[in-house]
Amino acid sequence: MSLPTDKALVLERQYRFQWEPAQDSYVLLYPEGLIKLPGSAGEIMKRIDGKVSVADIVSDLEETFPGVDLKQDVIDFLEVAHDKGWIRTG
Amino acid sequence: MTKAGSGPVKTAGPLWVNAEITYKCPLHCVFCYNPLNYASTFESELTTEQWLKAFREARALGAVQLGISGGEPLVRKDAEVLVAEASKMGYYVNLLTSGVGLTEERIAAFKEGGLGQIQLSFQDSTKEMNDFLSSTKTFDLKLKVARLIKQYDYPMVLNVVLHRLNIDHIEQILEMAEAMEADHVELANSQYYSWALKNREYLMPSREQIQKAEAVTERFRKRLGKKMKLYFIMPDYYSDRPKACMNGWGSVFLNIAPDGLALPCHEARMLPGLEFPNVRDHDVEWIWNESRAFRLYRGDSWMQEPCRSCDEKEKDFGGCRCQAFMLTGDATQADPVCSKSPHHHLITEQVALAQQPKAGAEEVRPLLFYRDDKTSRLLETE
Repeated sequence: MSLPTDKALVLERQYRFQWEPAQDSYVLLYPEGLIKLPGSAGEIMKRIDGKVSVADIVSDLEETFPGVDLKQDVIDFLEVAHDKGWIRTG
Repeated sequence: MTKAGSGPVKTAGPLWVNAEITYKCPLHCVFCYNPLNYASTFESELTTEQWLKAFREARALGAVQLGISGGEPLVRKDAEVLVAEASKMGYYVNLLTSGVGLTEERIAAFKEGGLGQIQLSFQDSTKEMNDFLSSTKTFDLKLKVARLIKQYDYPMVLNVVLHRLNIDHIEQILEMAEAMEADHVELANSQYYSWALKNREYLMPSREQIQKAEAVTERFRKRLGKKMKLYFIMPDYYSDRPKACMNGWGSVFLNIAPDGLALPCHEARMLPGLEFPNVRDHDVEWIWNESRAFRLYRGDSWMQEPCRSCDEKEKDFGGCRCQAFMLTGDATQADPVCSKSPHHHLITEQVALAQQPKAGAEEVRPLLFYRDDKTSRLLETE
């Protein structure tokens, strides 16, 4: 399923996203489980706050990491996150 | 880009803490896995502050999951405080309850405190059977609790322990789960520890019972798909390879008993010759990294044959230490569930026994060991 780029994204109710010093990584917690989100995966996920859209995240990341073409990678990741049920459109 | 969810999860410290905050429980389940002498902890339960100290220490080591269980955790009036404080520390908190004592006031407080999930245990779908199995009138109450859980926007997670005396009711159990709009249903066959071991011959289902139950489960699974996810867990006695118990001793899991005893699993208290450390006397860092009890069966240097040279030892860690001890008298043996174990016949003999026709529930009832305080105290002095 294709994710609309202009709708606000929100974390699904069952998940908790946080920085985990012991893993040296952002992680997603859910009942009895942990998904490690290192590097750019964490950078993308930490921007999801119930207000920003796919397009907002792309432009924000392009500002933070100038000169890197990351649009397609960000979209791909968010589609995976959506398919896995971590996020939904608000 | 890094792929989603990639990268090894470090397991230097415990990732998962299970806090058995009390062994007090209004139910009397015949398959309970709490220790037989559970009543001995009643006078020595940790205080709220002692629990929070242990949670903080485990969190500092990287623990992220916290189960609040028991007994019935709602017996403790500070369950809300423990949940809220643990959630603030950064734990994902899961409450494992029979539902007895879960009022709207309490569930609202749990929600406010950041509780992540509630797992509701159910014994059976028929009121009579449920009351028979738990010896209390709790069934109607559980239906009410299930509605509250949905109302507070939690997924409805049902745990049903299956055994010889209720497994034939699986159709009604699943109909009930569907009526309750359960999102996840775990149909776990009883494992034979503690009270369930005492009652093993009455609780182990026959192969035919299991196959029928699986077929019914599969029918519901096909019809309901993602709407209600069903997990059917076989009794390990019917397997020829052991379970990867706790993902290895002292690997990810830390159980803390009501009296503060730190254990690598729910059952380890009964292993002889092991002095388990108490969170009152030691910090979790020392317990996890230094204590003899947590190091003893970590890794594979403790193994003897057939585990030592087995190419599956990193997959199943030789199975369950407690089961090895209970059945062979030696915790360093292979779990007898494994067909490579010289003691595997202890399993197959029990399984053979379970194929014979047995008396019905009514006849069995007076023969069962019910988990209750009086019996627990009696067993302690045995």
